[in-house]
Amino acid sequence: MLKKEDIMHIAQLARIGLKEEEIEKYQRELSLVLDYFKKLEAVDTENIESIGHITGSHSVVRDDKIIECEAKIIEEIINNFPDQKNNQVKVKSILT
Amino acid sequence: MAYLTLHKEEALAEAQRIDDKIKKGEEIDLLSGIPMALKDNMCVQGGRTTAASKILDNYIAPYDATVVKKLKKQGAVILGKTNMDEFAMGSSTENSAYQKTKNPHDLNRVPGGTSGGSAAAVAGGLAVYALGSDTGGSVRQPASFCGVVGLKPTYGRVSRHGLIAMASSFDQIGPVTQTVEDAAIVLSRIAGRDKKDATSAKSGGKLYEDYLQGDIRGMKIGVPKEYFSDDLSSEIKEISIKALEKFKKLGAELVEINIPHNEYALPVYYITVPSEISSNMARFDGIRYGLSVDDQEQSKIGGGNLLETYLDSREIGLGTEVKRRIMLGTYALSAGYYDAYYKKAQKVRRLLKQDFEKAFESVDLIFSPTAPEPAFKIGEKTTDLLQMYLSDIYTVTANLVGVPAISFPIGTVEREGKNLPIGGQLMGRWFGEEELLNAAHTFEIN
Repeated sequence: MLKKEDIMHIAQLARIGLKEEEIEKYQRELSLVLDYFKKLEAVDTENIESIGHITGSHSVVRDDKIIECEAKIIEEIINNFPDQKNNQVKVKSILT
Repeated sequence: MAYLTLHKEEALAEAQRIDDKIKKGEEIDLLSGIPMALKDNMCVQGGRTTAASKILDNYIAPYDATVVKKLKKQGAVILGKTNMDEFAMGSSTENSAYQKTKNPHDLNRVPGGTSGGSAAAVAGGLAVYALGSDTGGSVRQPASFCGVVGLKPTYGRVSRHGLIAMASSFDQIGPVTQTVEDAAIVLSRIAGRDKKDATSAKSGGKLYEDYLQGDIRGMKIGVPKEYFSDDLSSEIKEISIKALEKFKKLGAELVEINIPHNEYALPVYYITVPSEISSNMARFDGIRYGLSVDDQEQSKIGGGNLLETYLDSREIGLGTEVKRRIMLGTYALSAGYYDAYYKKAQKVRRLLKQDFEKAFESVDLIFSPTAPEPAFKIGEKTTDLLQMYLSDIYTVTANLVGVPAISFPIGTVEREGKNLPIGGQLMGRWFGEEELLNAAHTFEIN
């Protein structure tokens, strides 16, 4: 079973705040699902490569040209910023 | 309730515009003026798009999804946005952060999920057709539960631009309709290559409705032994066998086949999908759009200004199943576990695809039930995680290997005096929607 510290570590990596009582719940639930995944150990995957694109397409590229965005779209993107200044998204300080 | 948001004014205005065109004797497309619904994870410019999550409660889509752009061009009347499991994670639409949607055939039961609002709207006559998205059965399973048709096209058949991503190597947009012919008509109008989705494929302007000959003589339908094991309830088995007999009567040949790695499909799915989820969901950070919370209290696992915004916004804005899957995926991708979980699963996914390539050498289509049961009761499975995951057992494989699949009604079972629909599923070859739709159509009209 996953330890309390494991859950705290995963939550930290995933940037999800947790309440104390949730930690135990996730310990139980994630362990249950991880146990279920053990089923895969039985499959021989020696010399099998990980799958890439499922229908086999690869290296889809476009011309390296700037495509202008419509003004209305830009305006609506800015309107969605939780916090903004001079049409820029405002972010809290990282270095203090 | 099937809808989360109604587009009343826009719908009436568009209907009026099409009415005027008709009055003037102008030519209109088949879909012009037809009222339809969109799952709330597809963007409509200027409209609220929540993916049934509190973290997008105030989100106004800045642009149209490619499918929306295409439908608008056809003169579709978009009635509104339908309810779903939050970010399309679930099997019953009970994970919506907003409301419950009930099954029109029995109001005590779920409509299925995750496109439960779309399926309930079509089954209840609240829209002529709807679009859903299907990552592991999210169009087909609710279609089965609600007694309508649900199509998951081949991966890449329909552009995903403007669809809020869940698991990008699985997601496909598909129609929920009352008939197979309607599904073909809608698919023709949303399919095709899109510059804004590098994984989309050319369809050559094909009209899929032209391929519905209503004749399947000589077609070979594979019946995987693994799908009809003792785990399948006898009543669903019986209805499925009846459907197969009907296909035989219509001139198809039934061939028993094997999908040797089938039993690993669910664990592979529930490793790879949360892995892609954990990456895709990183964009909901309280910075660029959506809910932004910072209670300024240090949470136990972090510290510092910006980090607090991430932690608090995601803690408050995301629901339990979403958090669970993000954490599962984060774990599966984390140092020390990547090889054992993600990489291993991607290898088994290749083996599954090889099983299907081999099967399609000897058959044209593969048949199974869509779900192992009819619609279950609201609340019945919310406490049992693995039981909920098991309702996807027949549907996840098509997404894992990328083939198209359709669910269509094949019978009903009685529960407490109510007749509940059962869906059958056909899977076809990669980009072989013509054959797939023709077979389901032939079944339906006979």
